[in-house]
Amino acid sequence: MNIAAIREQFPILHQEVNGHPLVYLDSAASSQKPRSVIDAINRYYEKDHSNVHRGVHTLGSRATDAYEGAREKVASFLNAALPEEIVFTRGTTTALNLVASSYARNVCKPGDEIVITQMEHHSNLIPWQQVAKATGATLKYIPLQPDGSFTLADAELTITANTKVVAMTYVSNVLGIVNPVKEVAAIAHRNGAVMVVDGAQSTPHMRVDVRDLDCDFYAFSGHKMCGPTGIGALYGKKALLSKMEPIEFGGEMIDYVDLYESTWKDIPYRFEGGTPIIANAVGLGAAIDFLQEVGMDEIDKHQRHLAAYAYDRLSELDGVTLYGPKTDRAGLVTFNLGDVHPHDVATVLDSEGIAVRAGHHCCQPLMRFLNVSSTARASFYLYNTEQEVDQLIAGLLKTKEFFGHAIG
Amino acid sequence: MQLDDLYRRVIMDHYKNPRNHGTLEADAVTIKLNNPTCGDSIALQLQVENGLVTDAKFSGEGCSISLSSASMMTEVVKGKTFDQALELADKFSALMKGEPVEFEDYEDIEALSGVNKFPARIKCATLSWNALRKGIEQQQE
Repeated sequence: MNIAAIREQFPILHQEVNGHPLVYLDSAASSQKPRSVIDAINRYYEKDHSNVHRGVHTLGSRATDAYEGAREKVASFLNAALPEEIVFTRGTTTALNLVASSYARNVCKPGDEIVITQMEHHSNLIPWQQVAKATGATLKYIPLQPDGSFTLADAELTITANTKVVAMTYVSNVLGIVNPVKEVAAIAHRNGAVMVVDGAQSTPHMRVDVRDLDCDFYAFSGHKMCGPTGIGALYGKKALLSKMEPIEFGGEMIDYVDLYESTWKDIPYRFEGGTPIIANAVGLGAAIDFLQEVGMDEIDKHQRHLAAYAYDRLSELDGVTLYGPKTDRAGLVTFNLGDVHPHDVATVLDSEGIAVRAGHHCCQPLMRFLNVSSTARASFYLYNTEQEVDQLIAGLLKTKEFFGHAIG
Repeated sequence: MQLDDLYRRVIMDHYKNPRNHGTLEADAVTIKLNNPTCGDSIALQLQVENGLVTDAKFSGEGCSISLSSASMMTEVVKGKTFDQALELADKFSALMKGEPVEFEDYEDIEALSGVNKFPARIKCATLSWNALRKGIEQQQE
């Protein structure tokens, strides 16, 4: 993988921030966009835009082809069996809420269980809290080990014949843990539950095969994988999606409308009420082309290498606390620097042109498990380099010096 | 962007040695606020008597900016009437907008004017002041 050539394709990386070359280490929050994605969106608006699925005219067909072409790309990227198993959404949050509102609310009853973990992002936690409240189902957590991981034995104990939904992130956005979702899906299925996977952090970085995982639902966002904001998708097995009711009603999703009754289109359109996010879907398709050209296995290897390198270098720094497992981690490191608050760490790094995330990372229950109120996080993508990790370390040394001097 | 604009000596002093850090009697007015961007929280306690803030203490976790700001706020607000306290809160909002305001009876606060150049940190500085405003408005109802 030629990182220099890859970096050339990302216009935003070539700028100075606060007098220093930008070091962007916040891709887990949102990745940057290659020229090909930006161009694809512009080209769509300059040449092909119209509304989809209705116009008889030429632009209407071109826009429809572009939109449906993007759906086919997503289906093939995830190795879904059929394009109609892909519902375009605004992102992971909307996708998970769709499963919670349309599937889980209608399936769960008092006495049933929904099983998640304490490492979930708020978007894979609050929707299930809400389903539990609305239906009388019980929300259960698979207990975590001290490093934040869980054992399959504990998953076996937590998931029971009463469990209707198991929802879990594939990769933790804080711990960098890659969860054994395939094995958990098997446990869920043996107990008659469906398996919902939050793929926000896995999809950008590794080869995903929803049929091999045998998950029932899989959600992800485009903007974390070189695509535009405002687009993501829900994969759902056809048999399940076909039984689900829409949660938004209006144009685009109907079959027949009468004064007092209406019927819905087939999947996936019944879940895509209103004019869809056409241009962004086209951009997502271009992002998938870009990532596949580089190669998902190569990207996976690179991000893991940078995370391991960063973990090792950070361990050498006095006063650094690292969170999550030591080995086999995805492309991010979460840490604290002595008593210096993560906000202060991030501000000093920013003054050196280094962008990291500071805060609770939308994982307040996990922060409580780790017994911290917040942490700093550096996350890596295909355009990051070892040299940037070295710059991060230098920035942290400066932070230590600055605060050591200031607060003694 | 100059770090020294933000982290002035007086701010670091309040961070290192926060004034009024602790808790008051159980009958004190207590306001808990969260900073949703980072998960930090502050509990502000006010002892009030006849429209006057007679004592103030705070507890909770926070960054250098939020802790030093809480330290300064609790110092200046002691002995102020409710209206004077709300006036100070308004002045602090103006300071965060970059307006030239003076805190005659507690100049330390003016050191926080540099926060204005760090938009992501304004919420840290205003957290304790928002708690003050909330507490006094509750009392005035």
